[in-house]
Amino acid sequence: MGSEKIIKNLLKASSVIILLIFAGMAYSMIKGAIPAFKEFGLFGFIFSTDWNPTEGKESYGAMPFIAGTVITSLLALIICFPLAFSTSLFISEYYRKTRIATILSTLVDLLAGVPSIVYGLWGFYTIRPLIAELGYSGQGYGIFTSGLILAIMIIPYATSISNEIISMVPTELKEAAYSLGATRMEVIFSVILPSARSGLVAGYILALGRALGETMAVTMLIGNANIIPTGLFSPGNTMASVIANQFGEADGLKLSSLIAIGLLLFAVTAIVNAIGKVIIRKYA
Amino acid sequence: METKVLIDEKDNSNWRELKNKLFFGTVVVLATLTISPILLIVYELLVKGLKQINFDFFLKVAPDTFQAMTAVRNGEIIPGGIANGITGTLLMVVVASLIAIPISLLIGIFLYENQGKKYANLIRSLTDILQGVPSVVLGLIAYIWIVQGVTKGFSALAGSVALAIMMLPLIIRSTEETMKMIPISIKEAGAALGVPYHKIILKVMIPSGFSGLMTGILLSISRVLGETAPLMLTTLGSTTVNFNITKPTSAVPLQIWEFYNNPNMIDLVWSSSLFLMAFVLTLNIIAKRISMRFS
Repeated sequence: MGSEKIIKNLLKASSVIILLIFAGMAYSMIKGAIPAFKEFGLFGFIFSTDWNPTEGKESYGAMPFIAGTVITSLLALIICFPLAFSTSLFISEYYRKTRIATILSTLVDLLAGVPSIVYGLWGFYTIRPLIAELGYSGQGYGIFTSGLILAIMIIPYATSISNEIISMVPTELKEAAYSLGATRMEVIFSVILPSARSGLVAGYILALGRALGETMAVTMLIGNANIIPTGLFSPGNTMASVIANQFGEADGLKLSSLIAIGLLLFAVTAIVNAIGKVIIRKYA
Repeated sequence: METKVLIDEKDNSNWRELKNKLFFGTVVVLATLTISPILLIVYELLVKGLKQINFDFFLKVAPDTFQAMTAVRNGEIIPGGIANGITGTLLMVVVASLIAIPISLLIGIFLYENQGKKYANLIRSLTDILQGVPSVVLGLIAYIWIVQGVTKGFSALAGSVALAIMMLPLIIRSTEETMKMIPISIKEAGAALGVPYHKIILKVMIPSGFSGLMTGILLSISRVLGETAPLMLTTLGSTTVNFNITKPTSAVPLQIWEFYNNPNMIDLVWSSSLFLMAFVLTLNIIAKRISMRFS
């Protein structure tokens, strides 16, 4: 009796650590961000497009980075969708349970194991020169280059969830459509897609959550300009990349502003992930 | 589900057949395109990185700019290596594991034992959200908590804490999933024999789920090995081998970042990336092997 009580309490006490981490994170970040919010106002900070660290004229706003984050992540999602969806069709529909599907899904898994900084290097030395050759942006830095690398980075997440959802579609439904004379493509668009829709949406929302917070690869490719991007090939900065970039020499108001951006990023990713998880749970 | 008319009345089967084939072709092309980056990345790392890999690469610390410049000018390979990074990475991963593994095992077992309860569901949801928190944000947190609060300066401990928070949700969820897969009859057999509760956990649950737990731990380690952003904010880097967790320390990904920013050391970028990739992938493969034997 005694030992059972003790271990149950120990387990319960350990679970409190999660609560403490969350409360601590929220407390520390809000406390760290307050000087910036006080100086510029909560909405002033979020909507201001100024980022000026010159002493005496210091002014910080998060809008350029919010815009950069949203645009690069959505771009990544748009590029990622056809690639990840085709790959999961290949693995879980066309070549279901064959050797080639196993090889393909192992390779996709490997993509998830590549560290962010290695993607950054590859993007810098291989993709960036190709983009530069297109002639839209001098050095090849910018929104498009970062979006492309982000797309490759989130492919494994989107693919693995799509795989699970697509293989959950009941075989009877598919067979019924085939028996009516439907071609494979018609089965995919008229049976698989409708019945897997919400699961797929959730999968891509979770992939979006990944893209929002990616740091190193974006830092190396986006061009690090503290402006609202003006076009697909314009340089910019994301919330994550500006933290990595400007943290080194930050103190005082600038540090507080970076923490405030971190707080916004934390809130945004938490909301996006929660939405994805809710949809997936409803679906499963 | 709404019914859809799949077949038009007039005979257009040739066109449908063609569309079907075109679509299949597109799927194959796009799937091939999807896996090409991994092959290109590995190829590029091997071609550019192998020449710098030698004994010194593992045993010596990074060269200074002048040494590297001289070597590059003379067309030799750059002397020195990444010993300070390897030791730093190992130090931080060990400390992070010491923090994260016991806590996550306990929380994972707690979630398993309290299925369906409101409080456990809350903890599970928070764990899920924690898994989605960007690593750079965890870097900020560790900076505020440890760098400002405890060590009063950049330190390996701060890096370890950031990595430990990253590892927590991964191990918690894999522990819970592993426990769920153990047949309940094993547990009941123990209880029927009057085995005390803590012994059921220690002597029955953990041993029978051992390989599942191991897989989760190894995968979480392989996830944090390549993390760069949180370490930039917490451990800063160091040019010497350091085992003092209250001092700034280097790590392999941090060194890659330093080499990348130094035009003279470009060759080292590739070899250290190759090493990091090989390390991460090896851990991944070991983890997959263990889990295959388990299932």
